[in-house]
Amino acid sequence: MTGTHRRPEVASARLLLSFLMAGVLSLSAALPAGARGTGLIFVTNEKSNTISVLDSSDRVVATMETCARPRGIHFNSDRTQFFVGCADDSVVAVYDIATKALVRRYRDIEEPETFDLHPDGRHLYISNEEEAEASVLDLETGEIVAGYDTGEEPEGVLFTADGGLVFVASEAANIVHVIDTVAGEIIKDILVDTRPRRFALTPDEKQLWVSAELAGIVNIIDVASLELIDDIVFLPTGMRKEEVTPVDLLITRDGRRAYVALGRANHVAVVDVAARKVERYILVGKRAWGLALTADERRLYVANGLSDDLSIIDTERLQVLKSVPVGQVPYGILIDDR
Amino acid sequence: MTADLRCRFRAPARVAFIIVCALAAAILPATVRAAESYTLVYLGREADRAYEPAKAYTGLILRDRKRPLDGARVGLRESRVMGRALGLKFALEERMLTPSQDAADAVREIAAATGASVFLLDLPLEELTAAAAALAAEPYILFNVRHGDDFLRGAACAPGLFHTLPSDAMVMDALAQYLKHKNWGNILILQGEEAGDARIAKAFQASAKKFGLKIVAVRPFKLSNDPRIRDQNNIRLLTAVRGYDVVFLADTHGEFGRYVPFQTLLPRPVVGTEGLIADAWHWTWERHGAPQLNQRFRKRADYHMTGTQWAAWAAVRAVVEAILRHEPADGATPDTRLPDAKALRTFLTSDRINLDLYKGNPGSFRPWDRQLRQTILLHTHNAVVARAPIEGFLHQTNNLDTLGTDQATSACRY
Repeated sequence: MTGTHRRPEVASARLLLSFLMAGVLSLSAALPAGARGTGLIFVTNEKSNTISVLDSSDRVVATMETCARPRGIHFNSDRTQFFVGCADDSVVAVYDIATKALVRRYRDIEEPETFDLHPDGRHLYISNEEEAEASVLDLETGEIVAGYDTGEEPEGVLFTADGGLVFVASEAANIVHVIDTVAGEIIKDILVDTRPRRFALTPDEKQLWVSAELAGIVNIIDVASLELIDDIVFLPTGMRKEEVTPVDLLITRDGRRAYVALGRANHVAVVDVAARKVERYILVGKRAWGLALTADERRLYVANGLSDDLSIIDTERLQVLKSVPVGQVPYGILIDDR
Repeated sequence: MTADLRCRFRAPARVAFIIVCALAAAILPATVRAAESYTLVYLGREADRAYEPAKAYTGLILRDRKRPLDGARVGLRESRVMGRALGLKFALEERMLTPSQDAADAVREIAAATGASVFLLDLPLEELTAAAAALAAEPYILFNVRHGDDFLRGAACAPGLFHTLPSDAMVMDALAQYLKHKNWGNILILQGEEAGDARIAKAFQASAKKFGLKIVAVRPFKLSNDPRIRDQNNIRLLTAVRGYDVVFLADTHGEFGRYVPFQTLLPRPVVGTEGLIADAWHWTWERHGAPQLNQRFRKRADYHMTGTQWAAWAAVRAVVEAILRHEPADGATPDTRLPDAKALRTFLTSDRINLDLYKGNPGSFRPWDRQLRQTILLHTHNAVVARAPIEGFLHQTNNLDTLGTDQATSACRY
């Protein structure tokens, strides 16, 4: 599998550009105020080894071939490039957003699944799914500069804003590892519920939310004490506990609302963060995992792994506006609109 | 391993051993107790014929059964960091019985020597049955990771005997649900001469009855070229029956069965021991984290994980989970914070256990027969075609209990 993309896509990118230029006036009313970036949306397709590219009108404008089993996707610090982790090739690939060209490949990164970028912009903390390790990639030198032993199948990785702590979820061990990045140590292994997947921090960084996929809940950890303080249980009407498998979750910038993708329950839960109560369940596609919000937080994008599409939700009316077919088993979503 | 820990797991009647324990506790310095570990035991039999490669004509090896051991090893490796959260180290003691050794005696001896109370038994059926009966009143947790026989979960059940491999009834129910779902309701059974063939044919007939499938005919077959018994060895003649949708093949040996698909008189699919097979696990299963487990296993063992290795893995995971989730009683000391066999049994059979089995639905043990509730995979040689319980088969409490023996019909009495 190569990381280069085909020539026709260069043409389609150009076409897209001219389309965008022409559409700027008519679209500008619809675009969020102060939005920058290209407005493009990138979706990793785990099984077709591609990245679907959508424009701001939610049309698929390009399909980039990438490395094998692409999953985690993340911006670089100035949002001009993005990283894609390809587990089957043990590669982290870097693409330029403006040109959609492959910029660099970091090879021999053991089965990278997801990652988060240290606020210094230089160190990528990667969960190495098969190696039971969280490794630290120096993006300048391309060297792995540190590694931490985690439980099997490390998954979600999340930094605090100052980069002092990074949390890594171990799916198979039911543990959240807390790494002190300054001391370079795992300072705590927090036992959580079955199959922890992803994280969200409240904006004040007082609470860490962790989805526990096979328990059908979100665990809430108090960041100061690193203790579990509460759970939120999800159960859309008519479903059984075992059908509810939360994975990705997001908390809005004002810290008032959270969105949780409920996996096999085919719903996204809308949660009142302060009350820790589910306000609404929104029906989406099959096995909803990945989530992304636009910069203005008016649209929520949901990757449906088993129906090979995205559901796009209006977050004011809490309704699905439309669904857009992408590649096979869409996983991660990146929106370049700020 | 601390001396106290060892003593807590003793067999009750072993007075001499208690004295040894007391002495050891007195002699061992307190610092030893800091490095706490928890030992599980894998017990197999040397030169077990089940694991000799089954050679077919011209030296082909069609079935090469591997021991469940590698599954236990992978499970143990996964426990490493889980133990770290508790300041505990899990260990796997691997033991093979010599020809003269009795399994029940060996369990008692190993328990006395290592303090272990959890045993994964990879023993021939008769030996497993005898050992479980002999140890029924003693405080061990024995895992059957190898045999699907329903009687082990029924008349021969024991309070300490847990099963992580699905029962024959579960596996055949899974297949029957699928056939019902496809509306392939008329079945021709081809049954071989082995005891195992009769066993699975019987289990399938029970499942067919449960889910409303019709058995059109049961035809015995023989592995032979004798023209005098063509009605029993010629596949076209054997399958010359009116009105079947599917052939259910009961051929545990496999030499006859491998020629059945595509040779039937009518163009009909084959299920059972060829074609579509129901099992605890398959190496091509790609959902619910399975690729990671399969890759971990292959990296370690260099072959594909099968149902019995998965069962051993699941047994280790269940015990590790029980220990991690155990809440020590108030006032527990570091030496008494780990659950004893009784507490382990209670936790394992409670509804507090929520095991990640990599097959979607969380697993737990049925309190009435100690069978691990689990999804069953229906696979061909290179793909998992369906996952049972099949959509639409519902149960009043847990859909997994549509597979196998439910509480009301269980013959197990403790």
